[in-house]
Amino acid sequence: MDIAYTAEEDAFRAEVRAWLGEVLPALPPAPPPHDWPARRVFDTTWQRTLYDAGYGGLDWPAEYGGRGASPVQQLILLEETERARAPYGVANYVGLKHAGPTIAAEGTPAQKERHLGPILRGDEVWCQGFSEPGAGSDLASLRTRAVRDGDDYVLTGQKIWTSHSLVADFCEILVRTDPDAPKHKGLTWLIMPMDAPGVRLRPLRTIMGSTDFAEMFLDGVRVPVANRVGAENDGWRVAMVTLSFERGTAFTGELVNSMVLVEELARLARKLTRRSGTAWNDAGLRREIGHLAAGYDALWALTLRNVSEAAAGSVPGVGATVFKLRLTELRTTLLELFARLLGRAGLTMSDLDDLGNGYYVEERLRALSLTIAGGTSNIQRNIIAERLLGLPK
Amino acid sequence: MHLLPTPEQRELRSAVRAICESEFPAERLGAEASTLDRGLWRRLGEMGLFALRLPEVDGGVGLGTAEAVLAFEELGRALVPGPLVATHLATPYLPGAATGERLAGIVDLREAPLLVEHHADLDDLLLLDGDRLLRADPAAVPARPVERPLDPWTPVSVAAAPPDGEPVAQGPAVAALRRDGALLTAALQVGIAAAVLDRAVRYVGEREQFGRPVGAFQAVKHAAADMLVRLELARSAVWAAAATCDAPEAGDPDRAVAAAKLLAGEAATKNSLAAVQLHGGMGFAWEVDVHFFLKRSWLHDTCWGDADTHAEALAAAL
Repeated sequence: MDIAYTAEEDAFRAEVRAWLGEVLPALPPAPPPHDWPARRVFDTTWQRTLYDAGYGGLDWPAEYGGRGASPVQQLILLEETERARAPYGVANYVGLKHAGPTIAAEGTPAQKERHLGPILRGDEVWCQGFSEPGAGSDLASLRTRAVRDGDDYVLTGQKIWTSHSLVADFCEILVRTDPDAPKHKGLTWLIMPMDAPGVRLRPLRTIMGSTDFAEMFLDGVRVPVANRVGAENDGWRVAMVTLSFERGTAFTGELVNSMVLVEELARLARKLTRRSGTAWNDAGLRREIGHLAAGYDALWALTLRNVSEAAAGSVPGVGATVFKLRLTELRTTLLELFARLLGRAGLTMSDLDDLGNGYYVEERLRALSLTIAGGTSNIQRNIIAERLLGLPK
Repeated sequence: MHLLPTPEQRELRSAVRAICESEFPAERLGAEASTLDRGLWRRLGEMGLFALRLPEVDGGVGLGTAEAVLAFEELGRALVPGPLVATHLATPYLPGAATGERLAGIVDLREAPLLVEHHADLDDLLLLDGDRLLRADPAAVPARPVERPLDPWTPVSVAAAPPDGEPVAQGPAVAALRRDGALLTAALQVGIAAAVLDRAVRYVGEREQFGRPVGAFQAVKHAAADMLVRLELARSAVWAAAATCDAPEAGDPDRAVAAAKLLAGEAATKNSLAAVQLHGGMGFAWEVDVHFFLKRSWLHDTCWGDADTHAEALAAAL
């Protein structure tokens, strides 16, 4: 049990830090959140910058253009980029964390050749077509049909929560190829070009007022059989492979960001004046902030445990679900504390004075999506109870 | 960086678990005992549990804090009674503590009322007085045993007046002792949090109502899942704190220990409360042993800094 980094790991951190110090000041300002075409350019340019420096696919195997770096090095890269407030590159997420690794693990040589390089270089943007209006927590009940017709599948149905699909080139889509089989046995995982005729998108406005998501309507969309990843009707297993890549260090950036915010929260409390002294004089508030800090320290420790397990070649057992559940719940607690401090300055997402309220208020809203997306908190609890504790289904 | 027990550390953990299961099996919890089992204490001493971190040149085992928290988690899981933390911390100062020949207690003179645990069984008593550590003869400390201690396995006595003692350490050594006391107690609390989770899972898997095991109901599943979340986060925090104490240049040991004690205390107490609830009516029955764990959790919460103290310390470090 060792928490100290090796000299080699320290050297890697220094290298990343020096590089970030060089490239970040030269970056153009981030585009406004609602300007998706500009965000695509910004995010993919950042991916290209990472790629050119050798950080683009740090966790990808070398044969696919990655660096095959150790899980500890991935952790260091994520920690340093987040602490330096480097772009997050949300438009690259599905390609880098879902579709790319899935194709690398399950795809044909032609699919790998076609997609892996472009994803790593930031030339291709992907979106996800899993959820449907009638299939959320019960994903396997999805009903979008794919009917074989010669060398194509013909897709008809509706998807929802397809993030940044307005600017995506490809969609990882889960469809039903055998309606008569048990629900988990009739699904297939396909690569769908977003410019295929019959794909229609309708932006879905979120409670933040943003259009990060869309509804996607499919009306006779033809997808070549050659775009199938894995066997026909084996899509549920492939989808589980896809989601498994989210379990490692995927949310480390979110954690590091939260730990930085706890420090900002303490600074804000020390700055805001109250009837007597500052908000920091309130022992109750201080203890809540101390509690929060303990929670995040423990999540960091759990991350180190998970990374150590990954480095030892095993899939994180207990860690991933526990981490997702607690991380997202603590985020809500954190942003509620910000709101309590801000009082009526929390009524606007536009910055007032130098409070930084705009960001905190937006994050307060965004936090509400985190305990829902990627498996709601109650679904995570079911998974823990049934798979980890062995309670009856 | 590798925050997992090594094969040797896993072996040590298994060995401690085995000795706890054979020397203090769960069935013994129901049989009340007023004095400590000296034989058990000597067996723990022979295993090196008290001298675990004492350097080899001083006759100790020479292992680190990481090994100590793994061992103490097992002692907590078995709810082994006695001044485990105090005797472990006393080994550099009191000959005989390391081997389990002598039992040592510790009291913090800031506490009021001043309660001494296991007073009648103690051979030595250490007194924490600010940044000084004093040694007193327990027989010379007038203390009245309370009639109804909360934890049946931890008798407590009320000291009439703050006792005197001869100084044995001060300054950084005492600060380190306070930190180690908090961390080892946190490790015991992790063991408790794990033990009550095991019991709750077993019970809700067996107990049937409405024609099915109650563990098949989501409300019950979610309560059990939350117990696991608290346990694993507390365990992670304890491991990280132990590893930081062993490599202080890699972090802030004080902050790490404060987080560990805060979360381990919460895990032990909340998990014990949940375990009582999940046992339904039987959770309120003496014969089901979950209440012993709850009572020990409540006791540990008051030792080496309560939750508020550690939360304040964490906030101050921000």
